[in-house]
Amino acid sequence: MSQLPLRAQLASALGRTAATLSRATGRGDGSVIGGRVGLMLEPDLLRKLAADRKLVLVSATNGKTTTTRLITSALQELGDVATNAFGANMPAGHVSALASSKGAPYGVLEVDEKYLPEVLDTTEAGIVALMNLSRDQMDRAAEIWLLAQKWRRALAGRPAHVIANCDDPLVTWGASTAARVTWVAAGQRWREDSWCCPECGGPLDRAGFGNGGQNLTAAQLADTSWACRECTFHRPEPNWVLDGEDVIDPRGQRWRLDLQLPGQANRANAAVALAVAETLGLDPGRALPRLRTVTSVAGRYTTVEREGRSLRLLLAKNPAGWLEAFDVADPALPIILSVNAQGPDGRDTSWLWDVDYRILRGRPVLVTGERRLDLALRLAVAEVPFQLCDSFEQAVAVLAPGKIDVIANYTAFQQIRAEFGRAV
Amino acid sequence: MPSELSIVWIYPDLLSTYGDQGNVLVLEQRARARGIPTRTIHVRSSDPVPQQGDVYLIGGGEDRPQILGAERLRRDGGLHAAIQRGAALLAVCAGYQIMGTVFGGEEGQPVSGVGLLDISSGRGERRAVGELAADVDPALGLPTLTGFENHMGVTRLGPGVRPLSRTVVGTGNGDGTEGCYAGRIIGTYLHGPALARNPALADLLLGWVTGPLPAIDDGWYQALRDERLRAVLPA
Repeated sequence: MSQLPLRAQLASALGRTAATLSRATGRGDGSVIGGRVGLMLEPDLLRKLAADRKLVLVSATNGKTTTTRLITSALQELGDVATNAFGANMPAGHVSALASSKGAPYGVLEVDEKYLPEVLDTTEAGIVALMNLSRDQMDRAAEIWLLAQKWRRALAGRPAHVIANCDDPLVTWGASTAARVTWVAAGQRWREDSWCCPECGGPLDRAGFGNGGQNLTAAQLADTSWACRECTFHRPEPNWVLDGEDVIDPRGQRWRLDLQLPGQANRANAAVALAVAETLGLDPGRALPRLRTVTSVAGRYTTVEREGRSLRLLLAKNPAGWLEAFDVADPALPIILSVNAQGPDGRDTSWLWDVDYRILRGRPVLVTGERRLDLALRLAVAEVPFQLCDSFEQAVAVLAPGKIDVIANYTAFQQIRAEFGRAV
Repeated sequence: MPSELSIVWIYPDLLSTYGDQGNVLVLEQRARARGIPTRTIHVRSSDPVPQQGDVYLIGGGEDRPQILGAERLRRDGGLHAAIQRGAALLAVCAGYQIMGTVFGGEEGQPVSGVGLLDISSGRGERRAVGELAADVDPALGLPTLTGFENHMGVTRLGPGVRPLSRTVVGTGNGDGTEGCYAGRIIGTYLHGPALARNPALADLLLGWVTGPLPAIDDGWYQALRDERLRAVLPA
């Protein structure tokens, strides 16, 4: 890539120094502070660092970090890739990621949904991957229809090639002003935020209404068609299709995914990653083996051991994420649930009532976390028997040695990772 | 007492933003615990609101769905007929504002409500986000109201309603009161699962249509209430 101007080089170097100090002093992984220092010295730094690279932006409510990792792994087949692997998904994190791999011809950046217009404007990224939009941390996040509208405005009149999930009506609406869109039928389990037409407000005809939105039958889940009853807005014809364990490419060729990452949500993420890779000239035959090497992402899906117990860690931050975690969890195993309501989690626990916990009936359920009483009442009303534990450690001790699933929301998950020395 | 309690959830496709389903689930559970079978109807915004329900619920939502919801309810008339028959209604957040004569749209423009409550709402200066605690009107004989609010609304109460409560912590209507009630309608800014944090309010709604209710085990409800009130109330 071309040489950065001197001022940008200096800003970038000082940012890296700050990041190194942050890591060395144990204050963080350095990806935010380094970028902040750089941006302070050179506000245009992100634009300069992004120039002359093939850049992919990845945004969604759920699956951003994992999809970013999958795309990065695939593109490493083509060359070096700069990426914000630690989920620092705002501009400071982007600066830090790009500055730390200045020579990399490719960049894959996870972008917070709200920041997508700004980051697209600054970086002029050529490819944007959009997977899903659903209710999330309502006390601090934007309302999602508004968010999709901002995506529309940001994408209109730009050359960016968008790869979007056409099974999510709101994402489809948000993406459809782009000059070029590749549609991926990646599925949608959580449908409670998409019963109405984003275009006109009319009813969308689609499967699954009226069951509280959860535990769709297999037939409902497979039926991804949707169309507005009142206007012409409808699901576009997909170029790529996720079909159970397989992805069907635009030529009709079927690829068995065989990922190490579990669950339908990760197969959806992989389908999007394959479509992105092909846009950059990498066919599924070369991309797929790379996707299969990914085993865990920032601790998600990792198994940790403690006194004969194997704990598989699943992160779920909002109702849609909990449904996907239930899809991965093994019904034959005991499960520990941990819920906090710190700033990054959202201080409002109302979302617990959007999750259908009845699927947990019949397995030993242990409840912990700072807001365990909110979850306890929720389970009691759903008639799911459970045991309340004062700490994660206590919950582990209650269970016999063997395999255990763990679902935690953001800070609860980080606390559990910290207990294992973040070695996961 | 009806042989089967019918719960009508109005427009969950438009107005169900964050845990609104909780109010439905709590009413079902508290009726069930008294041996009263329940039937819940989810009414899509494209469908008519049934007039024969017992307890009606309407939840929160973004600006545009709120306006659409108000238009459709006005046109439909089913909820008005049900209220005239003596049905109970809990209206939450955006749904609360809709029940008034007027509320503020996306740009603050006045939008007509359905006129079931003598209130009018507009947009405030800043968003009220956080825990709320309030002393309920003594005439209702209920314990402290607790919950979470997240809205930009300011609501003026007319002479046709009474304030539901006086705020101790939080914003509520914006004038030191939170929510209101009139007849068998309760409106509140406590969004999402307001009834999970206030089971006595759930019983008030149920009792209006079923008559007096026996006490049930409130252990988990009480534990959560105690913890939340301890966390927010001045010591």
